Amino acid sequence: MISRRHFLLIAGSTLAAGAQAQLDPNRAAQRKAAMEAAVRKVTGGAPVRPGKVKLELPPLIDNGNAVPLAVSVESPMTEAEHVKAIHVFTERNPQPNVLDAYLGPRAGRARVETRARIADTQTVTAIALLSDGSFWSDSVDVVVTLSACLEEGLI
Amino acid sequence: MARVVIRVPAQAKRGEVIEVRTLAAHAMETGFRRTQLGELIPRDIIRSLVCTYNGVEIFRAELHPAIAANPLLAFTTVATESGTLEFRWSGDNGYAATQSVQISVV
Repeated sequence: MISRRHFLLIAGSTLAAGAQAQLDPNRAAQRKAAMEAAVRKVTGGAPVRPGKVKLELPPLIDNGNAVPLAVSVESPMTEAEHVKAIHVFTERNPQPNVLDAYLGPRAGRARVETRARIADTQTVTAIALLSDGSFWSDSVDVVVTLSACLEEGLI
Repeated sequence: MARVVIRVPAQAKRGEVIEVRTLAAHAMETGFRRTQLGELIPRDIIRSLVCTYNGVEIFRAELHPAIAANPLLAFTTVATESGTLEFRWSGDNGYAATQSVQISVV
């Protein structure tokens, strides 16, 4: 059981934390930097070109807690030419990484499906690594009405 | 006990691309949520899934807290020969689950 005093203390500190998140002008920049760092970790600084990849996400999301997400890549999936990995990133989730999937010529088709948590209205990016070492990407803008991970003081 | 569901066609033609769908019952606690008292709930997620086809790895995935509760993964593979598809999940707090399904290729 929470006493009134205790409740007020918690409410006060939560509000203060929330206000801090609101006031921190670097928050958006930090998130962007975190995502860029996560992408760099995967690509090692190699250029990422748009195309070949198709990221399927509903454009309007009622509930961010379980969002169907599918990534497919145009590839013949042969021994000589196939998709090695598919990575999904978000810009404004508490952490940029969503999924790292590793596949090979035995997949037959380059398509991976899952369900993700999307914290806020934002851009979701999928990056695919092909067997020739090139990186391709696709981004989708989504609008979220009820977000996941609300507790982390979104901007 | 870890509960998992795997859906693979029981029978397939040789060379056919089959869809594999799997779901594990798990809360996937993100580590970002707080209790009513403001304490962080520690992270508890499934971190990886490895799928092998007759002992050869065909698919591997690393999961992060941004994957929804009861993680679902669907991917494809070429039905090459009759045998076993084995799925291995592992995660925080020693979570581990292994399950196999049989497929017959004609």
